[in-house]
Amino acid sequence: MTSGSTQAHAPTPSIPGELKIIQDATCTFCGCVCDDIELTVKDDHIIEAKRACILGKSWFLNHSVEDRPSCTIDGNPASLEQGYDRAAQILTHGKYPIVYGLSDSPCEAQRVAVSIVDWISGTIDTTTSVCHGPSGMAFQGVGEVTCSLGEVANRGDMIMFWGSNPAESHPRHFTKYSLMPKGMFLPNGRKDRTCVIVDVRRTKSAKAADIFIQIKPKKDFEALWTLRALAKGIELDPELVLRETGVEFSVWSDLMDRMKACKFGVIFFGMGLTMTRGKHVNSEALLALTRDMNAHTRFVAKPNRGHGNVTGADNVVSWRTGYPFGVNHARGYPRFNPGEYTTSDTLANREADCAMMIACDPMANFSQPAREHLATIPYIALDTKETPTTRSAAVAFAVATYGINTGGTVYRMDDVPIPLRPAFASPHPSDYDVLTAIEVRVKKILGIT
Amino acid sequence: MTSPDYTKISQGIVYDPRNGVDGEVRDLWILDGRIVDSPADSSVRASRTIDATGLVVMPGGIDMHCHIAGPKVNVARKMRPEEKRRGEQMPRTSITHSGSMGSVPSTFATGYKYAALGYTTAFDAAIPPIAARHAHEEFEDTPCIDKGFYVLMGNNHYVMQSLMKNEPHKLKAFIAWLLTSTKGFAPKLVNPGGVEVWKSKQAGNVSGLDTKVDHFGVTPRQIICGVAQAAAELALPHPVHIHCNNLGMPGNWETTLETMRALNGYRGHITHIQFHSYGGGNGDENTFNSKVIPLVEYVNSHPNITVDVGQVLFGETTSMTGDGPLGYFLSKVYGGKWFSSDTEMESGCGITPIKYRNKSLVHALQWAIGLEWYLLVKDPWQVVMSTDHPNGGSFLAYPQIIRFLMDKTYRRDVLKTCPPAILERSSLWEIDREYTLNEIAIITRAGPAKILGLNDKGHLGAGADADITIYTPHENKEVMFEMPRVVIKSGRVLVEQGEIRETLIGKTLHVQPNYDLEVETDIQEWFEKYYSIQWRNYPVDLSYLYESCVIPTRRGS
Repeated sequence: MTSGSTQAHAPTPSIPGELKIIQDATCTFCGCVCDDIELTVKDDHIIEAKRACILGKSWFLNHSVEDRPSCTIDGNPASLEQGYDRAAQILTHGKYPIVYGLSDSPCEAQRVAVSIVDWISGTIDTTTSVCHGPSGMAFQGVGEVTCSLGEVANRGDMIMFWGSNPAESHPRHFTKYSLMPKGMFLPNGRKDRTCVIVDVRRTKSAKAADIFIQIKPKKDFEALWTLRALAKGIELDPELVLRETGVEFSVWSDLMDRMKACKFGVIFFGMGLTMTRGKHVNSEALLALTRDMNAHTRFVAKPNRGHGNVTGADNVVSWRTGYPFGVNHARGYPRFNPGEYTTSDTLANREADCAMMIACDPMANFSQPAREHLATIPYIALDTKETPTTRSAAVAFAVATYGINTGGTVYRMDDVPIPLRPAFASPHPSDYDVLTAIEVRVKKILGIT
Repeated sequence: MTSPDYTKISQGIVYDPRNGVDGEVRDLWILDGRIVDSPADSSVRASRTIDATGLVVMPGGIDMHCHIAGPKVNVARKMRPEEKRRGEQMPRTSITHSGSMGSVPSTFATGYKYAALGYTTAFDAAIPPIAARHAHEEFEDTPCIDKGFYVLMGNNHYVMQSLMKNEPHKLKAFIAWLLTSTKGFAPKLVNPGGVEVWKSKQAGNVSGLDTKVDHFGVTPRQIICGVAQAAAELALPHPVHIHCNNLGMPGNWETTLETMRALNGYRGHITHIQFHSYGGGNGDENTFNSKVIPLVEYVNSHPNITVDVGQVLFGETTSMTGDGPLGYFLSKVYGGKWFSSDTEMESGCGITPIKYRNKSLVHALQWAIGLEWYLLVKDPWQVVMSTDHPNGGSFLAYPQIIRFLMDKTYRRDVLKTCPPAILERSSLWEIDREYTLNEIAIITRAGPAKILGLNDKGHLGAGADADITIYTPHENKEVMFEMPRVVIKSGRVLVEQGEIRETLIGKTLHVQPNYDLEVETDIQEWFEKYYSIQWRNYPVDLSYLYESCVIPTRRGS
């Protein structure tokens, strides 16, 4: 397989002391994937990132190429060739190899990772399984009524956020897509929109809301079900509603009146919904409510995705295997079972006997049983920086940063694919390069032509 | 000097309708991926000879309307895990990737299955321009076949705006710019105007060709006529591919007829016409009936019109469409999970699982109406085999459809299993026609190649791509067509008797017609006002195409 887009979009060479301007660069820090950033580069440092938010500025301006070996084996510097060989040996010797991460790699690299898993009959999983995996499962239950972010900007006159705090997690969400833009059918921008935020705590986003509704913790499902009942005109006991949701019945009933009266409603939801009690059932309730609302007006829902290319990972794994995450190939063909083939489970259940961690840090953020098991098995780690996961890896690769040093494709949270325009070259290989080299060796060991 | 590396297919029974060859025993010579004249020097030997004595040789099949790549297809894959563990599994081999089946196979599985069926080219029928990059990425992972896609533009704001302002030169430049920017193949209209109305209000849609689209004040008729004219002036190889308004609605045949008339004599292709040939009204199942006859009369007397059928087959599948309001309608009929997505400035999308049952009068009629179309169009060059994969059924059902067409006894046996009322509501029982192999070769390869303006495909003359399928004759035509003896793509033997021998990635077919570059400033101004991505990040560059193949316009440029 070739991957033209990674190769074609290498950064232009820098001339010492001169300023280089990169127009329409793409920020891969969060799922907003803003592609209107103007970068000023001097001596392989980004000195300005126009239009980037506070997180984006930090992403671009603090980026420096780490002065460490591109490859270490058992903590000792090694050549890339030695690293590729060792990595291929580890992956082909295991009985239950797992590959995890992917959400901060371009699609071109993700595709190679899925190929490797296919050849080694391994298990592939992405960080989706620990963020919006429940939304993916809910989606398989009820579907989803959704739209691209430009539709929100042009038509959305009622914007709701549920268990999501974009002011801190997606700082340009309000200004670029959801609240402030003057859209085709909303010429006055913010004035033409109503913003409702539902959360268990008063987040920094709350002050952007016209209506803020603070519900009882762990009662998202009950709150959503209340709205579903109201949408369908089912009579409810106000006291029960108050007791279960922590919010007066009249507030819900007023909200439903507004939802029915708007022209184009949007509910963005976050991990405050998907990772609290109920998980995929919560997401399912929200998706079902959105669907129900289409009997009254137009209404859509959209998960606020976190990582820059987690949406690309969902897409790549789906088009190659038919399933979005948690895919096992032990029988030679893909099988899907979240809770069994998802990485926190294959580790905590002590099933995986080798691993490759791509742009993720399970040693920092997985459960203790999962971390303990990972520490006992040989694994490969690819990351742009040193992390607890790279430090304990049998083979660690320091890789170039996508969108800053390397090109490729990322999918915005609304599935819109966007090309990357890198700023300057890195001495480290890209994750695409590393994975491709490993794939060549894996195929050779396994006798695959 | 070494002699050229020829491959020879010797003594096959050749069906090459484009060149007037109807079942004659011939040798075919292949060099560098193309068919060539037999060498003048009779002492030249081929490096490889495939003995096709007694076997049927045809050009590789061409599927001109299917859904195999891009956002809608991939959402359907994600949404339907429940249907994949039943039935066939696709394990990896030493030369092929694994994959999954179900009604929407994964990319690799799609490529292998098409090749194993003797199909060497396929066109995805509905790509939103902003997601063109996604479709190209999937194409690179869909091996063994050449691919292209049609670009959704029947609800594009710039298209409607230039019609509203009566600026045909801008419309023409925009169509060419959009096809070039997306590396697409042809303009596609899906429920023209109706999807825009769906985006703007509850259960919104247009009701017929003369309903005005909210905000834009144009009618579906203006969109159809305007795009057909612009495409004709651009001399596009495949001018306009139309999914009519009112798909699936009883009584929609009148809309379909009006659509044909709206073409004003310009060339146009009406797709999955089976879904648009219904009589009856008011959503009343009891009035539902076939209106193929009046529509086919119009097609028979208008050579500017071609159709593909969108055959329905009994069983479970996934409905997927760029027709947002249709998706909503179907989700209410079937009550299952429903996906809908509106794409800014451009298009919509609807997906829902669906099951066609032979005991349902409506479904049985849909099945019969499809077959009526194949059997009543007089000139087989005007009708193309399709299931609108996966909407009517899988492309894997093509051999069964061939049997329906070539074997009237089999056809009638299946008809007998349907509700008897079907006999009064369609003419299928009375039709005696049986297709010949030559006619099958027309509706599955030669015809689509001609309709698509592909001069190097769909035939076996010198200069054609060496995409060739060799079948073992069998009395049961389903058996004959479901497992070709040999499938050759670009001169390479990819499949023998269902086994993949070698893989390749295949070419991407696209167009780049000339246009007035000055209009680009106007397009950019419009684009930057309302799109959520940057102007420079919108066009797909050539690096996304594994192998680019530009198909010239009908003027040859």
